[in-house]
Amino acid sequence: MLEVRNLRSVYGRIEVLKGIDLDVQTGEIVALVGSNGAGKTTLLRALSGVQPITSGEIRFKGQRIDRLPPHKRVELGMTQSPEGRQVFGPLTVEDNLRLGAYRRRDKAIDQDRDRIFTMFPVLAEKRHLLAGGLSGGQQQMLAIGRALMGRPKLLLLDEPSLGLSPLLVDQILDAIVSLKKDGITVLLVEQNASAALAIADRGYVLETGKVAHCGAGSALLADPKIKAAYLGIA
Amino acid sequence: MAEFLQFLISGLTVGAVYALVALGFTLIYNASGVVNFAQGEFVMLGGMVTVFVSAAGVPLPLAAVIAIGVAVAIGLLLHRFAIEPARGASAVTLIIITIGASILLRGLAAIVFDKQFHKLPAFTGDTPVDVLGAAVQPQSFWVLGGTAVVVLALYVFLEHTITGKAVLATAANRLAARLVGINTTTIMALAFGGSAAIGAIAGILVTPITLTSYDVGTLLALKGFAAAMLGGMGNPLGAVVGGLLLGLLEAFGAGYISSTYKDAFAFVVILIVLFAAPQGLFGRRVVERV
Ligand SMILES: Nc1ncnc2c1ncn2[C@@H]1O[C@H](COP(=O)(O)OP(=O)(O)O)[C@@H](O)[C@H]1O
Ligand SMILES: [Mg+2]
Repeated sequence: MLEVRNLRSVYGRIEVLKGIDLDVQTGEIVALVGSNGAGKTTLLRALSGVQPITSGEIRFKGQRIDRLPPHKRVELGMTQSPEGRQVFGPLTVEDNLRLGAYRRRDKAIDQDRDRIFTMFPVLAEKRHLLAGGLSGGQQQMLAIGRALMGRPKLLLLDEPSLGLSPLLVDQILDAIVSLKKDGITVLLVEQNASAALAIADRGYVLETGKVAHCGAGSALLADPKIKAAYLGIA
Repeated sequence: MAEFLQFLISGLTVGAVYALVALGFTLIYNASGVVNFAQGEFVMLGGMVTVFVSAAGVPLPLAAVIAIGVAVAIGLLLHRFAIEPARGASAVTLIIITIGASILLRGLAAIVFDKQFHKLPAFTGDTPVDVLGAAVQPQSFWVLGGTAVVVLALYVFLEHTITGKAVLATAANRLAARLVGINTTTIMALAFGGSAAIGAIAGILVTPITLTSYDVGTLLALKGFAAAMLGGMGNPLGAVVGGLLLGLLEAFGAGYISSTYKDAFAFVVILIVLFAAPQGLFGRRVVERV
Protein backbone atom coordinates (compact mmCIF):
# COMPACT_ATOMS: atom_id res chain seq x y z
CA MET A 1 0.00 0.00 0.00
CA LEU A 2 2.66 2.51 1.09
CA GLU A 3 6.42 2.38 0.56
CA VAL A 4 8.67 5.13 1.86
CA ARG A 5 12.34 5.09 0.89
CA ASN A 6 15.11 7.28 2.30
CA LEU A 7 12.78 10.19 2.93
CA ARG A 8 14.40 13.43 4.04
CA SER A 9 12.89 16.75 5.05
CA VAL A 10 14.17 19.97 6.60
CA TYR A 11 12.92 23.00 8.48
CA GLY A 12 15.27 25.73 7.36
CA ARG A 13 18.73 24.29 7.91
CA ILE A 14 17.70 21.64 10.40
CA GLU A 15 17.13 18.16 8.99
CA VAL A 16 14.13 16.66 10.74
CA LEU A 17 13.64 13.48 8.68
CA LYS A 18 17.00 11.83 8.09
CA GLY A 19 16.27 9.08 5.61
CA ILE A 20 13.11 7.27 6.65
CA ASP A 21 12.26 3.78 5.31
CA LEU A 22 8.78 2.57 6.10
CA ASP A 23 6.21 0.18 4.64
CA VAL A 24 2.53 -0.26 5.24
CA GLN A 25 0.83 -3.36 3.83
CA THR A 26 -2.80 -3.37 2.72
CA GLY A 27 -5.14 -4.04 5.64
CA GLU A 28 -2.62 -3.37 8.40
CA ILE A 29 -2.70 -1.03 11.34
CA VAL A 30 0.83 0.32 11.64
CA ALA A 31 1.78 2.32 14.71
CA LEU A 32 4.43 5.04 14.52
CA VAL A 33 5.68 5.93 17.98
CA GLY A 34 8.53 7.94 19.40
CA SER A 35 9.17 10.76 21.78
CA ASN A 36 8.06 14.34 21.29
CA GLY A 37 9.99 16.01 18.46
CA ALA A 38 11.08 12.75 16.81
CA GLY A 39 9.56 13.81 13.49
CA LYS A 40 6.29 11.83 13.43
CA THR A 41 4.10 14.77 12.47
CA THR A 42 6.61 15.94 9.90
CA LEU A 43 6.58 12.47 8.32
CA LEU A 44 2.78 12.37 8.06
CA ARG A 45 2.74 15.88 6.60
CA ALA A 46 5.33 14.85 4.04
CA LEU A 47 3.20 11.84 3.12
CA SER A 48 0.18 14.10 2.57
CA GLY A 49 2.24 16.58 0.56
CA VAL A 50 1.91 19.59 2.85
CA GLN A 51 5.56 19.41 3.98
CA PRO A 52 8.27 19.66 1.31
CA ILE A 53 10.82 16.84 1.10
CA THR A 54 14.45 17.21 0.05
CA SER A 55 14.93 13.67 -1.23
CA GLY A 56 13.52 10.19 -1.15
CA GLU A 57 10.56 8.36 -2.62
CA ILE A 58 6.98 7.79 -1.60
CA ARG A 59 4.96 5.13 -3.40
CA PHE A 60 1.26 4.67 -2.83
CA LYS A 61 -0.48 1.67 -4.39
CA GLY A 62 2.66 1.20 -6.49
CA GLN A 63 2.61 4.77 -7.86
CA ARG A 64 5.18 7.50 -7.13
CA ILE A 65 3.30 10.29 -5.35
CA ASP A 66 6.08 12.39 -3.86
CA ARG A 67 5.65 15.09 -6.50
CA LEU A 68 1.87 15.17 -6.48
CA PRO A 69 0.08 18.09 -4.83
CA PRO A 70 -1.93 17.26 -1.68
CA HIS A 71 -5.32 17.15 -3.40
CA LYS A 72 -4.13 14.50 -5.85
CA ARG A 73 -3.02 12.32 -2.97
CA VAL A 74 -6.46 12.68 -1.39
CA GLU A 75 -8.00 11.67 -4.71
CA LEU A 76 -5.82 8.56 -4.81
CA GLY A 77 -7.17 7.54 -1.41
CA MET A 78 -4.84 8.86 1.29
CA THR A 79 -6.39 11.17 3.87
CA GLN A 80 -5.19 12.51 7.18
CA SER A 81 -6.60 13.55 10.52
CA PRO A 82 -3.92 16.04 11.57
CA GLU A 83 -2.33 16.65 14.94
CA GLY A 84 -4.30 19.13 17.00
CA ARG A 85 -7.55 18.25 15.19
CA GLN A 86 -7.62 21.38 12.99
CA VAL A 87 -11.35 21.36 12.38
CA PHE A 88 -12.94 24.20 10.41
CA GLY A 89 -14.08 26.15 13.50
CA PRO A 90 -16.47 28.65 11.89
CA LEU A 91 -18.26 25.92 9.90
CA THR A 92 -20.86 23.45 11.15
CA VAL A 93 -20.14 19.82 12.00
CA GLU A 94 -22.06 18.78 8.90
CA ASP A 95 -20.11 21.16 6.66
CA ASN A 96 -16.83 19.87 8.10
CA LEU A 97 -17.84 16.33 7.14
CA ARG A 98 -19.07 17.41 3.72
CA LEU A 99 -15.72 19.11 3.06
CA GLY A 100 -13.98 15.85 3.93
CA ALA A 101 -15.63 14.51 0.78
CA TYR A 102 -14.56 17.58 -1.24
CA ARG A 103 -12.84 15.59 -3.99
CA ARG A 104 -15.59 13.01 -4.32
CA ARG A 105 -18.18 13.23 -7.06
CA ASP A 106 -20.20 10.11 -6.23
CA LYS A 107 -23.70 9.92 -4.80
CA ALA A 108 -22.92 8.11 -1.55
CA ILE A 109 -21.65 11.15 0.38
CA ASP A 110 -24.77 11.56 2.55
CA GLN A 111 -24.82 7.84 3.23
CA ASP A 112 -21.19 7.93 4.40
CA ARG A 113 -21.95 10.93 6.59
CA ASP A 114 -24.72 8.96 8.27
CA ARG A 115 -22.26 6.13 8.92
CA ILE A 116 -19.94 8.61 10.66
CA PHE A 117 -22.94 9.72 12.74
CA THR A 118 -23.57 6.09 13.71
CA MET A 119 -19.93 5.68 14.62
CA PHE A 120 -19.86 8.93 16.69
CA PRO A 121 -23.47 9.62 17.76
CA VAL A 122 -22.50 12.82 19.60
CA LEU A 123 -21.63 14.37 16.23
CA ALA A 124 -25.13 13.66 14.98
CA GLU A 125 -26.57 15.55 17.93
CA LYS A 126 -24.35 18.53 17.18
CA ARG A 127 -24.52 18.39 13.40
CA HIS A 128 -25.79 21.96 13.02
CA LEU A 129 -23.43 23.51 15.58
CA LEU A 130 -20.14 25.20 14.76
CA ALA A 131 -17.16 22.86 15.01
CA GLY A 132 -15.17 25.45 16.95
CA GLY A 133 -17.59 25.14 19.86
CA LEU A 134 -17.17 21.37 20.31
CA SER A 135 -15.14 19.86 23.14
CA GLY A 136 -11.66 18.51 22.41
CA GLY A 137 -12.87 14.92 22.21
CA GLN A 138 -15.73 15.83 19.91
CA GLN A 139 -13.39 17.78 17.65
CA GLN A 140 -11.13 14.73 17.51
CA MET A 141 -14.03 12.55 16.41
CA LEU A 142 -14.95 15.17 13.84
CA ALA A 143 -11.39 15.30 12.49
CA ILE A 144 -11.35 11.50 12.12
CA GLY A 145 -14.82 11.53 10.59
CA ARG A 146 -13.78 14.24 8.16
CA ALA A 147 -10.77 12.19 7.06
CA LEU A 148 -13.01 9.12 6.62
CA MET A 149 -15.40 11.12 4.43
CA GLY A 150 -12.67 11.10 1.77
CA ARG A 151 -13.16 7.30 1.52
CA PRO A 152 -9.47 6.60 2.17
CA LYS A 153 -7.66 3.39 1.35
CA LEU A 154 -4.97 4.60 3.74
CA LEU A 155 -5.87 6.73 6.74
CA LEU A 156 -3.15 8.73 8.49
CA LEU A 157 -3.97 9.56 12.11
CA ASP A 158 -1.77 11.98 14.03
CA GLU A 159 -2.16 11.68 17.82
CA PRO A 160 -5.90 11.00 17.87
CA SER A 161 -5.85 10.44 21.64
CA LEU A 162 -3.96 13.61 22.59
CA GLY A 163 -5.59 15.41 25.50
CA LEU A 164 -8.56 13.05 25.78
CA SER A 165 -9.93 11.33 28.86
CA PRO A 166 -9.12 7.59 29.19
CA LEU A 167 -12.72 6.72 28.36
CA LEU A 168 -12.59 8.70 25.12
CA VAL A 169 -9.18 7.25 24.27
CA ASP A 170 -10.70 3.76 24.45
CA GLN A 171 -13.60 4.84 22.27
CA ILE A 172 -11.23 6.27 19.62
CA LEU A 173 -9.01 3.16 19.69
CA ASP A 174 -12.08 0.92 19.28
CA ALA A 175 -13.13 3.02 16.32
CA ILE A 176 -9.68 2.56 14.74
CA VAL A 177 -9.86 -1.21 15.17
CA SER A 178 -13.31 -1.24 13.57
CA LEU A 179 -11.91 0.68 10.57
CA LYS A 180 -9.55 -2.19 9.95
CA LYS A 181 -12.56 -4.50 9.70
CA ASP A 182 -13.98 -2.16 7.04
CA GLY A 183 -10.83 -2.71 5.01
CA ILE A 184 -9.16 0.63 5.72
CA THR A 185 -5.40 0.58 6.22
CA VAL A 186 -4.24 2.80 9.07
CA LEU A 187 -0.95 4.52 9.87
CA LEU A 188 -1.35 5.62 13.48
CA VAL A 189 0.96 8.13 15.15
CA GLU A 190 0.78 8.09 18.93
CA GLN A 191 2.68 9.31 21.94
CA ASN A 192 0.56 6.88 23.91
CA ALA A 193 2.85 4.15 22.58
CA SER A 194 1.62 1.16 24.57
CA ALA A 195 -2.00 1.71 23.56
CA ALA A 196 -1.04 2.18 19.91
CA LEU A 197 1.25 -0.87 19.76
CA ALA A 198 -1.40 -2.98 21.46
CA ILE A 199 -3.84 -2.54 18.56
CA ALA A 200 -1.19 -2.42 15.82
CA ASP A 201 -0.06 -5.26 13.56
CA ARG A 202 3.36 -3.69 13.26
CA GLY A 203 5.11 -0.71 14.70
CA TYR A 204 7.95 1.68 13.98
CA VAL A 205 9.86 3.59 16.63
CA LEU A 206 11.15 6.94 15.40
CA GLU A 207 14.11 8.57 17.10
CA THR A 208 15.32 12.06 16.05
CA GLY A 209 14.32 11.62 12.43
CA LYS A 210 15.38 7.99 11.97
CA VAL A 211 13.68 4.64 12.35
CA ALA A 212 15.27 3.15 15.48
CA HIS A 213 13.23 -0.05 15.75
CA CYS A 214 10.54 -1.82 13.83
CA GLY A 215 8.67 -5.06 14.18
CA ALA A 216 5.41 -6.68 15.19
CA GLY A 217 3.40 -4.56 17.63
CA SER A 218 3.46 -7.25 20.27
CA ALA A 219 7.22 -7.80 19.88
CA LEU A 220 7.95 -4.09 20.33
CA LEU A 221 5.67 -4.02 23.36
CA ALA A 222 7.60 -6.91 24.89
CA ASP A 223 11.08 -5.54 24.11
CA PRO A 224 12.66 -4.42 27.40
CA LYS A 225 14.75 -1.67 25.76
CA ILE A 226 11.70 -0.14 24.14
CA LYS A 227 9.70 -0.52 27.30
CA ALA A 228 12.29 1.44 29.18
CA ALA A 229 12.74 4.16 26.56
CA TYR A 230 9.22 4.77 25.29
CA LEU A 231 6.61 3.07 27.36
CA GLY A 232 7.65 4.47 30.69
CA ILE A 233 7.85 0.98 32.13
CA ALA A 234 11.12 -0.01 33.76
CA MET B 1 -37.27 65.68 6.57
CA ALA B 2 -36.72 65.90 2.82
CA GLU B 3 -33.17 67.07 3.45
CA PHE B 4 -32.53 64.24 5.89
CA LEU B 5 -33.86 61.74 3.34
CA GLN B 6 -31.70 63.28 0.65
CA PHE B 7 -28.58 62.75 2.76
CA LEU B 8 -29.72 59.28 3.72
CA ILE B 9 -30.14 58.09 0.15
CA SER B 10 -26.97 59.67 -1.16
CA GLY B 11 -25.13 58.20 1.87
CA LEU B 12 -26.48 54.73 1.17
CA THR B 13 -25.58 55.07 -2.50
CA VAL B 14 -21.89 55.88 -1.96
CA GLY B 15 -21.96 53.48 0.99
CA ALA B 16 -23.05 50.68 -1.32
CA VAL B 17 -20.00 51.30 -3.48
CA TYR B 18 -17.72 51.26 -0.42
CA ALA B 19 -19.47 48.06 0.64
CA LEU B 20 -18.63 46.41 -2.68
CA VAL B 21 -14.99 47.49 -2.45
CA ALA B 22 -14.88 46.23 1.14
CA LEU B 23 -16.38 42.90 0.04
CA GLY B 24 -13.60 42.60 -2.53
CA PHE B 25 -11.04 43.14 0.23
CA THR B 26 -12.81 40.59 2.42
CA LEU B 27 -12.96 37.85 -0.19
CA ILE B 28 -9.25 38.02 -0.98
CA TYR B 29 -8.27 38.47 2.66
CA ASN B 30 -10.26 35.39 3.64
CA ALA B 31 -8.88 33.15 0.93
CA SER B 32 -5.26 34.25 1.18
CA GLY B 33 -4.63 36.56 4.14
CA VAL B 34 -3.60 39.27 1.65
CA VAL B 35 -4.91 42.83 1.95
CA ASN B 36 -5.17 43.72 -1.73
CA PHE B 37 -4.62 47.45 -2.18
CA ALA B 38 -5.15 47.10 -5.93
CA GLN B 39 -8.85 46.58 -5.16
CA GLY B 40 -9.67 50.18 -6.14
CA GLU B 41 -8.10 49.65 -9.56
CA PHE B 42 -10.69 46.97 -10.31
CA VAL B 43 -13.36 49.62 -9.74
CA MET B 44 -11.49 52.01 -12.01
CA LEU B 45 -11.18 49.33 -14.71
CA GLY B 46 -14.90 48.59 -14.54
CA GLY B 47 -15.76 52.22 -15.24
CA MET B 48 -12.96 53.06 -17.69
CA VAL B 49 -13.23 49.95 -19.88
CA THR B 50 -17.00 50.39 -20.10
CA VAL B 51 -16.54 54.06 -21.09
CA PHE B 52 -14.01 53.34 -23.82
CA VAL B 53 -15.62 50.18 -25.19
CA SER B 54 -19.05 51.78 -25.38
CA ALA B 55 -17.50 54.89 -26.96
CA ALA B 56 -16.24 52.54 -29.69
CA GLY B 57 -19.86 51.77 -30.53
CA VAL B 58 -20.49 48.66 -28.44
CA PRO B 59 -23.89 48.67 -26.66
CA LEU B 60 -23.62 49.59 -22.96
CA PRO B 61 -24.65 46.20 -21.46
CA LEU B 62 -22.12 44.35 -23.64
CA ALA B 63 -19.44 46.94 -22.83
CA ALA B 64 -20.12 46.36 -19.14
CA VAL B 65 -19.70 42.60 -19.54
CA ILE B 66 -16.43 43.15 -21.41
CA ALA B 67 -15.22 45.46 -18.61
CA ILE B 68 -15.98 42.82 -15.99
CA GLY B 69 -14.13 40.27 -18.11
CA VAL B 70 -11.07 42.54 -18.41
CA ALA B 71 -11.03 43.16 -14.65
CA VAL B 72 -11.33 39.42 -13.90
CA ALA B 73 -8.48 38.66 -16.32
CA ILE B 74 -6.29 41.27 -14.61
CA GLY B 75 -7.27 39.92 -11.18
CA LEU B 76 -6.20 36.42 -12.24
CA LEU B 77 -2.94 37.72 -13.72
CA LEU B 78 -2.24 39.63 -10.52
CA HIS B 79 -2.67 36.43 -8.52
CA ARG B 80 -0.72 34.24 -10.93
CA PHE B 81 2.28 36.50 -11.52
CA ALA B 82 2.53 38.67 -8.40
CA ILE B 83 0.93 36.88 -5.46
CA GLU B 84 1.49 33.19 -6.20
CA PRO B 85 5.27 33.46 -6.80
CA ALA B 86 5.55 35.23 -3.40
CA ARG B 87 3.74 32.44 -1.57
CA GLY B 88 4.98 32.20 1.98
CA ALA B 89 6.23 35.79 2.07
CA SER B 90 5.30 37.99 5.02
CA ALA B 91 2.04 39.96 5.14
CA VAL B 92 3.96 43.23 4.75
CA THR B 93 5.72 41.98 1.61
CA LEU B 94 2.41 40.92 0.09
CA ILE B 95 0.80 44.28 0.89
CA ILE B 96 3.70 46.08 -0.76
CA ILE B 97 3.27 43.85 -3.81
CA THR B 98 -0.39 44.83 -4.10
CA ILE B 99 0.46 48.52 -3.66
CA GLY B 100 2.99 48.12 -6.47
CA ALA B 101 0.37 46.43 -8.63
CA SER B 102 -2.02 49.27 -7.92
CA ILE B 103 0.53 51.88 -9.06
CA LEU B 104 1.32 49.81 -12.16
CA LEU B 105 -2.35 49.44 -13.13
CA ARG B 106 -2.95 53.16 -12.63
CA GLY B 107 0.05 53.99 -14.83
CA LEU B 108 -1.07 51.57 -17.53
CA ALA B 109 -4.58 53.03 -17.45
CA ALA B 110 -3.19 56.55 -17.88
CA ILE B 111 -1.32 55.35 -20.99
CA VAL B 112 -3.91 53.00 -22.51
CA PHE B 113 -6.82 55.35 -21.83
CA ASP B 114 -6.01 58.94 -20.83
CA LYS B 115 -5.94 61.27 -17.84
CA GLN B 116 -9.35 62.88 -18.42
CA PHE B 117 -12.53 62.44 -16.44
CA HIS B 118 -15.20 60.34 -18.12
CA LYS B 119 -18.90 59.85 -17.67
CA LEU B 120 -21.30 57.09 -18.54
CA PRO B 121 -24.96 57.80 -19.28
CA ALA B 122 -27.30 56.87 -16.41
CA PHE B 123 -28.82 53.47 -17.20
CA THR B 124 -32.41 54.70 -17.12
CA GLY B 125 -32.27 58.46 -17.63
CA ASP B 126 -31.52 61.46 -15.45
CA THR B 127 -35.01 62.54 -14.40
CA PRO B 128 -34.98 62.60 -10.57
CA VAL B 129 -37.56 60.49 -8.80
CA ASP B 130 -39.43 62.07 -5.90
CA VAL B 131 -39.12 59.98 -2.72
CA LEU B 132 -41.12 61.66 0.09
CA GLY B 133 -39.87 65.06 -1.04
CA ALA B 134 -36.27 64.06 -1.75
CA ALA B 135 -35.12 64.17 -5.36
CA VAL B 136 -33.32 60.89 -6.10
CA GLN B 137 -31.31 60.08 -9.22
CA PRO B 138 -32.60 56.87 -10.83
CA GLN B 139 -29.00 55.65 -11.00
CA SER B 140 -29.01 55.50 -7.18
CA PHE B 141 -31.54 52.70 -7.40
CA TRP B 142 -29.27 50.88 -9.85
CA VAL B 143 -26.36 51.18 -7.43
CA LEU B 144 -28.42 50.00 -4.44
CA GLY B 145 -30.16 47.23 -6.37
CA GLY B 146 -26.95 46.07 -8.04
CA THR B 147 -25.18 45.96 -4.69
CA ALA B 148 -28.03 43.97 -3.17
CA VAL B 149 -27.82 41.45 -6.02
CA VAL B 150 -24.04 41.08 -5.65
CA VAL B 151 -24.29 40.66 -1.87
CA LEU B 152 -27.04 38.07 -2.21
CA ALA B 153 -25.17 36.16 -4.92
CA LEU B 154 -22.02 36.10 -2.79
CA TYR B 155 -24.00 34.94 0.22
CA VAL B 156 -25.60 32.08 -1.71
CA PHE B 157 -22.19 31.12 -3.15
CA LEU B 158 -20.43 31.06 0.23
CA GLU B 159 -23.17 29.44 2.29
CA HIS B 160 -24.85 27.10 -0.17
CA THR B 161 -22.26 25.78 -2.62
CA ILE B 162 -19.47 23.35 -1.87
CA THR B 163 -16.93 25.59 -3.61
CA GLY B 164 -18.08 28.51 -1.47
CA LYS B 165 -17.66 26.42 1.65
CA ALA B 166 -14.18 25.51 0.43
CA VAL B 167 -13.41 29.26 0.38
CA LEU B 168 -14.62 29.56 3.99
CA ALA B 169 -12.67 26.43 4.96
CA THR B 170 -9.50 27.82 3.38
CA ALA B 171 -9.99 31.05 5.30
CA ALA B 172 -10.54 29.17 8.56
CA ASN B 173 -7.65 26.71 8.31
CA ARG B 174 -5.44 26.51 5.24
CA LEU B 175 -3.56 23.38 6.36
CA ALA B 176 -6.75 21.44 7.05
CA ALA B 177 -8.19 22.68 3.76
CA ARG B 178 -5.23 21.23 1.87
CA LEU B 179 -5.50 17.97 3.81
CA VAL B 180 -9.13 17.43 2.75
CA GLY B 181 -8.08 17.95 -0.86
CA ILE B 182 -9.00 21.58 -1.46
CA ASN B 183 -6.63 23.07 -4.02
CA THR B 184 -5.99 26.29 -2.13
CA THR B 185 -4.18 27.86 -5.10
CA THR B 186 -7.37 27.53 -7.16
CA ILE B 187 -9.40 28.97 -4.29
CA MET B 188 -7.08 31.98 -4.17
CA ALA B 189 -7.35 32.49 -7.92
CA LEU B 190 -11.12 32.30 -7.56
CA ALA B 191 -11.03 34.95 -4.83
CA PHE B 192 -8.92 37.32 -6.95
CA GLY B 193 -11.18 36.80 -9.98
CA GLY B 194 -14.33 37.22 -7.89
CA SER B 195 -13.04 40.34 -6.14
CA ALA B 196 -12.10 41.85 -9.48
CA ALA B 197 -15.60 41.19 -10.82
CA ILE B 198 -17.22 42.74 -7.74
CA GLY B 199 -14.96 45.80 -8.00
CA ALA B 200 -15.68 46.22 -11.71
CA ILE B 201 -19.43 45.98 -11.11
CA ALA B 202 -19.13 48.73 -8.50
CA GLY B 203 -17.24 50.90 -11.01
CA ILE B 204 -19.82 50.37 -13.74
CA LEU B 205 -22.76 51.14 -11.43
CA VAL B 206 -21.31 54.32 -9.93
CA THR B 207 -19.59 55.95 -12.91
CA PRO B 208 -22.82 57.63 -14.15
CA ILE B 209 -22.99 59.42 -10.76
CA THR B 210 -19.38 60.14 -9.81
CA LEU B 211 -17.44 60.13 -13.11
CA THR B 212 -14.28 58.07 -13.45
CA SER B 213 -10.65 58.51 -14.38
CA TYR B 214 -7.44 56.48 -14.30
CA ASP B 215 -6.78 57.35 -10.64
CA VAL B 216 -10.16 56.99 -8.91
CA GLY B 217 -9.02 53.68 -7.44
CA THR B 218 -6.70 55.10 -4.79
CA LEU B 219 -9.30 56.88 -2.72
CA LEU B 220 -11.86 54.12 -3.24
CA ALA B 221 -9.41 51.50 -1.99
CA LEU B 222 -8.80 53.54 1.17
CA LYS B 223 -12.51 54.06 1.74
CA GLY B 224 -13.24 50.38 1.12
CA PHE B 225 -10.39 49.42 3.44
CA ALA B 226 -11.79 51.72 6.14
CA ALA B 227 -15.22 50.12 5.65
CA ALA B 228 -13.76 46.61 5.89
CA MET B 229 -11.85 47.55 9.05
CA LEU B 230 -14.95 49.14 10.55
CA GLY B 231 -16.96 45.98 9.94
CA GLY B 232 -14.13 43.68 11.04
CA MET B 233 -11.61 42.55 8.40
CA GLY B 234 -12.60 39.19 6.96
CA ASN B 235 -16.28 39.38 7.78
CA PRO B 236 -18.52 39.72 4.66
CA LEU B 237 -21.52 41.00 6.61
CA GLY B 238 -19.23 43.46 8.42
CA ALA B 239 -17.92 44.70 5.07
CA VAL B 240 -21.42 45.55 3.87
CA VAL B 241 -22.49 47.23 7.11
CA GLY B 242 -19.13 49.03 7.37
CA GLY B 243 -19.48 50.34 3.81
CA LEU B 244 -23.01 51.62 4.33
CA LEU B 245 -22.09 53.23 7.67
CA LEU B 246 -19.09 54.98 6.17
CA GLY B 247 -21.23 56.27 3.28
CA LEU B 248 -23.84 57.60 5.72
CA LEU B 249 -21.17 59.17 7.90
CA GLU B 250 -19.75 60.99 4.89
CA ALA B 251 -23.11 62.14 3.59
CA PHE B 252 -24.41 63.42 6.92
CA GLY B 253 -21.02 64.84 7.85
CA ALA B 254 -20.83 66.71 4.56
CA GLY B 255 -24.47 67.80 4.83
CA TYR B 256 -24.60 68.95 8.43
CA ILE B 257 -20.95 69.78 9.20
CA SER B 258 -18.88 70.61 6.16
CA SER B 259 -18.29 69.01 2.79
CA THR B 260 -14.67 70.20 2.86
CA TYR B 261 -13.75 67.34 5.18
CA LYS B 262 -15.85 64.64 3.49
CA ASP B 263 -12.88 62.44 2.58
CA ALA B 264 -11.34 62.85 6.01
CA PHE B 265 -14.10 60.83 7.67
CA ALA B 266 -12.76 57.57 6.27
CA PHE B 267 -9.34 58.24 7.79
CA VAL B 268 -10.82 59.22 11.11
CA VAL B 269 -12.75 55.94 11.05
CA ILE B 270 -9.58 53.94 10.31
CA LEU B 271 -7.77 55.61 13.20
CA ILE B 272 -10.62 55.17 15.67
CA VAL B 273 -11.05 51.52 14.74
CA LEU B 274 -7.32 50.85 14.98
CA PHE B 275 -7.08 52.43 18.42
CA ALA B 276 -10.40 51.55 20.00
CA ALA B 277 -11.60 48.30 18.41
CA PRO B 278 -9.11 46.56 16.11
CA GLN B 279 -11.59 43.69 15.72
CA GLY B 280 -14.11 46.03 14.09
CA LEU B 281 -17.83 45.98 14.82
CA PHE B 282 -18.37 42.33 14.02
CA GLY B 283 -14.91 40.84 14.47
CA ARG B 284 -13.69 37.95 12.39
CA ARG B 285 -15.91 35.02 11.74
CA VAL B 286 -13.89 32.81 14.01
CA VAL B 287 -15.10 30.48 16.68
CA GLU B 288 -12.18 28.59 18.03
CA ARG B 289 -11.79 26.61 21.18
CA VAL B 290 -8.33 25.36 21.94
N1 LIG C 1 7.25 24.54 11.77
C1 LIG C 1 8.42 24.13 12.26
N2 LIG C 1 9.53 24.90 12.11
C2 LIG C 1 10.73 24.50 12.60
N3 LIG C 1 10.92 23.35 13.24
C3 LIG C 1 9.88 22.55 13.43
C4 LIG C 1 8.57 22.89 12.95
N4 LIG C 1 7.71 21.90 13.26
C5 LIG C 1 8.45 20.98 13.93
N5 LIG C 1 9.74 21.36 14.02
C6 LIG C 1 10.82 20.58 14.64
O1 LIG C 1 10.94 19.37 13.93
C7 LIG C 1 11.16 18.31 14.82
C8 LIG C 1 10.11 17.24 14.60
O2 LIG C 1 8.84 17.75 14.94
P1 LIG C 1 7.51 16.90 14.78
O3 LIG C 1 7.49 16.29 13.43
O4 LIG C 1 6.38 17.78 15.15
O5 LIG C 1 7.73 15.76 15.89
P2 LIG C 1 6.67 14.82 16.59
O6 LIG C 1 5.39 14.88 15.83
O7 LIG C 1 7.31 13.47 16.54
O8 LIG C 1 6.52 15.32 17.99
C9 LIG C 1 11.14 18.90 16.21
O9 LIG C 1 12.48 19.07 16.62
C10 LIG C 1 10.47 20.21 16.06
O10 LIG C 1 10.99 21.14 16.97
MG1 LIG D 1 3.58 15.40 16.47
